[in-house]
Amino acid sequence: MTLSGADILVRTLIEQGVDTVFGYPGGQIINVYDSLYKYQSEIHHVLTAHEQGATHAADGYARTTGKPGVVISTSGPGATNLVTGIATAYLDSIPLVALCGNVPTTQIGTDSFQEIDITGVTLPITKHNYFVSSVEDLADTVREAFQLAQSGRPGPVLIDIPKDVQIATCEYKPAPPVTADEPVSAPMAQVEQAAVLINAAKRPFIYFGGGMIAAAAQEEMLALADAIDAPIGCSLAGISGIPTDHPRFLGMQGMHGHYACSLAMHNADLIISLGVRFNDRVTGNRSKFAPGARIVQVDVDGSELSKNIPATVGLWGDVKKTLQALLPLIRPSQLPGWQSVVAQLRQEEEESLDHRPGLTPRNAIMALNERLSPSTPVATDVGQHQMWAAQTLRFCQSRRFASSGGLGTMGYGMGAAIGAYFATGERTVLVTGDGSFGMCLNELATAVSNRIPLVILLMNNGVLGMVRQWQTLFFEKRYSNTVLNRSTDFVALAKAFGAAGETADTLEELNAALDRAFASDGPYLIDCAIEKDEFVLPMLPPGGSVEEIITKVGD
Amino acid sequence: MNRYTIAVLVRNQFGVLNRVTSMFRRRQFNITALTVSETESNQYSRITVVFSGDALKEQQLISQLQKLPDVCSIRQLHSEDSISCELLLIKMANEPSTREEIRAAASAFGADTVDYSQHAMVFRLTDTSHRIDDFLDFMRDYTILEICRTGCVSLQKGSATLRQDVDE
Repeated sequence: MTLSGADILVRTLIEQGVDTVFGYPGGQIINVYDSLYKYQSEIHHVLTAHEQGATHAADGYARTTGKPGVVISTSGPGATNLVTGIATAYLDSIPLVALCGNVPTTQIGTDSFQEIDITGVTLPITKHNYFVSSVEDLADTVREAFQLAQSGRPGPVLIDIPKDVQIATCEYKPAPPVTADEPVSAPMAQVEQAAVLINAAKRPFIYFGGGMIAAAAQEEMLALADAIDAPIGCSLAGISGIPTDHPRFLGMQGMHGHYACSLAMHNADLIISLGVRFNDRVTGNRSKFAPGARIVQVDVDGSELSKNIPATVGLWGDVKKTLQALLPLIRPSQLPGWQSVVAQLRQEEEESLDHRPGLTPRNAIMALNERLSPSTPVATDVGQHQMWAAQTLRFCQSRRFASSGGLGTMGYGMGAAIGAYFATGERTVLVTGDGSFGMCLNELATAVSNRIPLVILLMNNGVLGMVRQWQTLFFEKRYSNTVLNRSTDFVALAKAFGAAGETADTLEELNAALDRAFASDGPYLIDCAIEKDEFVLPMLPPGGSVEEIITKVGD
Repeated sequence: MNRYTIAVLVRNQFGVLNRVTSMFRRRQFNITALTVSETESNQYSRITVVFSGDALKEQQLISQLQKLPDVCSIRQLHSEDSISCELLLIKMANEPSTREEIRAAASAFGADTVDYSQHAMVFRLTDTSHRIDDFLDFMRDYTILEICRTGCVSLQKGSATLRQDVDE
């Protein structure tokens, strides 16, 4: 049948199984919005307050489902407002398809009203991007974009569609949804080398990240851990990948990772990394990182092998398929000596935890834990609250934690929580801070319009706490521009948007507020008072090593 | 630091060179020379990259290139099994005191005289990058007015082609 470009775009989205998109209309995408109106019974468009929020929502949707999130914007400022969200998805390898309108092809390159070279702008932050110059190419470009976004290491793909291409017509032939490229195992020769190292290891440690979640390799990873009697740790992006209370799981590694996890990794003689990139926040000083460990690195992206830390054996392949090839070569063993070291580290961690009573950051997150269902998605913003959440939240189900790890995007959480809600239909939680929340709180409007059962735990300490913590520790308490001194009444603000809210100044008040928030059927903000000099601990000093771990701060 | 030559077959599409060079810039690869040309098929363009670094950097460059959807085939080219050359045009001051020495050197290197005027002479030399470097080093003792060199182009010896990877 002959259709306009705009109709072809929307029909192709529907054909690809997309039922929810996030976005914001404008002049150069108006034809696509007209088609969205026409096909509204088949595809639900969520209107956000700002394109950045829409991109984070598409990201939150993708993180909780594994399916590509879709965001739509107009040209120029609409397109540039996507940039932070696309970069966030890129650094965390989240599949996203971003669709932008642009000025008609005849005006491209003339600096027309709201014209921007968005394919140029997003070149370094997308897996690939497309400028569609002819309506005949549109449907296949969208299909290719969906395939690319999901294949191998997932990531964002952008399609720029000039207005005349949206208007032009051509023959549209429906096609079945594309699927990601067939995952393949690393070559057997390397798998065999890895097996030799693993079978010889006396202190093995399994370390996973977002790549393990993307490959859904939980079963294989746990089978390997059981076979070789290894503890398991993860990066921030790995959180919720396996249940928090799994007996082998030591939690998160890194600058603010769990003590036992960081120490076990440091003392390992073999680290088996699964879809994780040894980012600087994880390794600290790379020359002092896990000095006695050989490294078996599995990654679907060949360029990650030995990029940050030299791998003894690099396995370029899908994490799940590679583990499936590896498992038959593994000799089961019990390592009671190593297990007792790990148990000792756990004991030390337990003793170093913050056991103070009252409204401490840890107690606030634990109060939240009591009310999470096994499938509740939790989004965070970026800063101290994010680390407290990452350290203390308990998860039972994979893909329930949405947090900006690679880019560290303050303002990510509101959009991501909205996306996670539309993906799961579940009551959703946002843990945020007053700094981050201030960046994208406009999306409260979206949460209210859509009556999203969203619990917002705003950990309000009146300062930019993470930067303040660094200033305290490394800049002799020169608190340059980190004291907010604002008089924002967050409860009144929530009410102004049409949401509910209350303050909590004690742990008892917080518990009561959380009870009300979790019973609410719309967004509910809790302005939770946190002392401004609370620290995120433990902390590995930037560029330091595990030997310099800070577990307590005294004056 | 070693010098590496890598030949890349890419989809002949608008902006593909930008994608490749943007990646080099962003990841701080130390590119010495880069040439782009048409190929025997209008579907593809060919990029020849010469860069310096260590073996790890070379592996990084190749695996980063492999991730670009427009990249169809990549080969490392080694001097023992490939032919490499580039073209140099060099404009020298034409002065009576140095004229004969310059011409003798050009002749010794096998450079052709392609322009000759009262105050300048232009030589053309097609050779390996290394030989061109040697020629330039020699010419630096005289007055160089202008230099233009194309960067390296390279083909494997024998019947092997980059397109074999794509067609297989």
